[in-house]
Amino acid sequence: MVENRPFTQFMAYLTLVIGVIIVAFPVYLAIMASTFDTATIINGNMPLTPGDQAGENYTRALFYGGKLAREPVSMMMMNSMIMALGIAFGKILISILSAYAVVYFKFPFRKTAFWVIFITLMLPVEVRIYPTYKIVADLGLLDTYTGLIMPLIASATGTLLFRQFFMTIPDELLEASKIDGAGAFRFFKDTLLPLSITTISALFVIQFIYGWNQYLWPLLITTKSSMQTIVIGIKKMITTTDALTEWQIAMTTAVLAMVPPVLVVIFMQRLFVKGLVETEK
Amino acid sequence: MEKRAHFSGWTLPLLLILPQMAITVIFFYLPASQAIWQSFLREDAFGLASEFVGFENYTALFEQPEYYRAMITTVIFSTLVAFFSMSIALLLATQADKNIRGGHGFKTLLIWPYAVAPAIAGVLWMFMFHPTLGTLGRPINAMGFNWNPMLDGTDAMILLVLSATWKHVSYNFLFFLAGLQAIPKSVIEAGAIDGAGPMRRFWTIVFPLLSPTTFFLLVVTIVYVFFETFGIIDAVTGGGPAGSTTTLVYKVYADGRSGGDLGLSAAQSVVLMVIVIALTAIQFRYVERKVQY
Amino acid sequence: MAGVTLDTVRKIYAGNVEAVKGVSLGIEDGSFCVLVGPSGCGKSTLLRMIAGLETISGGDIKIGDRVVNQVEPADRDIAMVFQNYALYPHMSVYDNMAYGLKNRKTPKDEIDKRVKEAARILAIEPFLERKPRALSGGQRQRVAMGRAIVRKPQVFLFDEPLSNLDAKLRVQMRVEIKRLQKALGVTSVYVTHDQVEAMTLSDKLVVMSGGQIEQVGTPSEVYRRPETRFVATFIGSPPMNILPGKVEGPGRVSVGGQTISVTDMREGLSVGSAIEVGLRPEDVQAGGASGSSSISMDVDFVEELGATQLFHGKVAGTEFVVQASTGQIAADTRKLTLSIDPANVHLFDPQTTKRLGRD
Repeated sequence: MVENRPFTQFMAYLTLVIGVIIVAFPVYLAIMASTFDTATIINGNMPLTPGDQAGENYTRALFYGGKLAREPVSMMMMNSMIMALGIAFGKILISILSAYAVVYFKFPFRKTAFWVIFITLMLPVEVRIYPTYKIVADLGLLDTYTGLIMPLIASATGTLLFRQFFMTIPDELLEASKIDGAGAFRFFKDTLLPLSITTISALFVIQFIYGWNQYLWPLLITTKSSMQTIVIGIKKMITTTDALTEWQIAMTTAVLAMVPPVLVVIFMQRLFVKGLVETEK
Repeated sequence: MEKRAHFSGWTLPLLLILPQMAITVIFFYLPASQAIWQSFLREDAFGLASEFVGFENYTALFEQPEYYRAMITTVIFSTLVAFFSMSIALLLATQADKNIRGGHGFKTLLIWPYAVAPAIAGVLWMFMFHPTLGTLGRPINAMGFNWNPMLDGTDAMILLVLSATWKHVSYNFLFFLAGLQAIPKSVIEAGAIDGAGPMRRFWTIVFPLLSPTTFFLLVVTIVYVFFETFGIIDAVTGGGPAGSTTTLVYKVYADGRSGGDLGLSAAQSVVLMVIVIALTAIQFRYVERKVQY
Repeated sequence: MAGVTLDTVRKIYAGNVEAVKGVSLGIEDGSFCVLVGPSGCGKSTLLRMIAGLETISGGDIKIGDRVVNQVEPADRDIAMVFQNYALYPHMSVYDNMAYGLKNRKTPKDEIDKRVKEAARILAIEPFLERKPRALSGGQRQRVAMGRAIVRKPQVFLFDEPLSNLDAKLRVQMRVEIKRLQKALGVTSVYVTHDQVEAMTLSDKLVVMSGGQIEQVGTPSEVYRRPETRFVATFIGSPPMNILPGKVEGPGRVSVGGQTISVTDMREGLSVGSAIEVGLRPEDVQAGGASGSSSISMDVDFVEELGATQLFHGKVAGTEFVVQASTGQIAADTRKLTLSIDPANVHLFDPQTTKRLGRD
């Protein structure tokens, strides 16, 4: 690098440190809020150092819930977890199979099939929300995990990601497998699947976050509070009439809601970046 | 791009592609086409019969002042979020790209907000800027500014822009950083030898070379603001106060929930579809590499 | 073991591109046959058709007495070594070699015996538990060979197996492949664009161009008596010089007014008709010699190769190269008189490019 002078270095550090502080501050406040009682927060002078109510707040949130959303947060987290895992695994499964078909077979309407899948890249679930709702309702899937998961895995990102990866695998590997007597099933199991592990993991990370953070769709199709996800649950804890809002429980829940996806990003950063860059590219 | 080697036979591939096809048709094509079809129908008051009315729903839609309002709100919201999230991300990325110690740690510390759900991001910022109890909101009021996002439309919009930007900076940062790292150092060194100072090098060499990334991020950010910020809006303002933060997507949701006219709601969905398709089509040349069928 | 027979084999790709235009060739049991030619000449396609990796558009391919046109690659009893080795990156060296045998339900102890034996022959025993990426290029090459050997196939197919290696290793592996093939006695078909590999490895050399066979023969036949101008200029380095000339009479041609005697010349060529005269750079001598024809050459520059020197210049206005042992000709020579042995002159028809030698 040219001209890496001490001053440039210092400015770079300063900018980044300010950036990190701005990024972290709202979350820091939420964590602090989860350690105080309602009164301390409501009076508007919440200290910036932790209080002593953390145990109480987290126990109450996880196992009893708040005054407004009465379901325990642990159950909401379970629902979110099932939805996120269902979306991640479901999408990986259907898209690796369809990408395998599209890349490694020649069959009638192959290109048509590819385009039919590809078009779905363009329309997020938000624009077709009510007709989709109606279909899910007609199928009797309201308030079910299937109803939560299925419409969200109908998209092309996974198929494109796997297709892109398969295209980088040398043709000779399939040819060597053919000469070694492997058929379509064995080639998939013995060669393609082991080679795809990184791609699968990257897609998993991205889809897990996507699934965990879903908002509009679960908001529409879950009516029973026992099917509620944690992201929806928080919204119900906050009302415009401040008196009813238990901010400490809402913030505790917010912290709990951030923990799984943020941990995934921090500890699987390499896979996360790979997944993000390659699915969106 | 095509594989040279294939397996023969076509029952197996059709079986392999079947699950995705079934899900795509049932949960994507069926609803999308229903939306299009419904946008040309009008139902009677009891929802018992419907008649074909051509483009009447669309003309009715474009005669609604609220629809224009939502459109303007969406444009303002997108422009502000795109501008702030991209310029802040670019600033941070250029600093992180300097060969400083601990650069990788900064990357980790800056990207995690991507994992925070939009609705949660909204709640965090709402808490921080709450007019009476917020750690930052209260001092603002104490200083004599009349800050209240629950009552004032402009304040509400500012809060939305802040939370949406906060969440999206991480994404843009990641792509800008990757884009910067892909620029060969020798090009920048050549610029230095040609006598260009750091600022000049950035604007005449780095920024132009980064333009594909910038363009890509612009489209992605607009799509993000259109759709993913739904959670932020619903959690923070619920489209209010007095509809001042109702975007196009939020209006589809709100109109549908209040049990409004199905045809009108469908027409709104179709307009949105057209907008997304247009945006995607613009972005298409960047996807081309991936899709050479 | 078995030979390979090709009978008017064709390959037509979509869009009516004919990559292989009716090739017939017999490869004897146990022989080492090399297909050589420039890229795009159809040699790889032909090899891949023998392997069963490409369909056959016309003609028949036999391995032994069995027509294999419709047989799956796995059932042809062949093994193939690929240019990029195509090792399974996620399997150990041992598993790479064992995979084909496992798929064929070979008993475990038999697999073990064969893999160990192949590893011993190829001196890769210490690496059996490693993954391919932990190996050097040469070692990967050996594993690819090992994968072919353990199968004990009827035919080995090699698709430019040495082109990813550096020059030194290439020479070493070339010798090893030759030795191994002689020891195992398995019929081998080897595709390369490198004429040195082609000359040194083959019992039977097949020169291809434009989807057709130009010439089949032993390496020395092909070198000594090229049947077409293409073969003449493709085999040999530096390539044969081709000069435009005229027929002067039986056994005599002229180049730029200088007469050259020729031993191998077709009878009955009409006097005065155009002809192409081929002379290998290593076959012309500097200085006049009795009993030879001589031509003069203007030297432009000299390339030093150590043991030899290459003199670049013009003969009768046409580019010409002479190869001579270093010191034989003074490096500052500007004008050379070259003597030509009539037995070393090759004549070609300018239209058909075929050799105009005695029948």
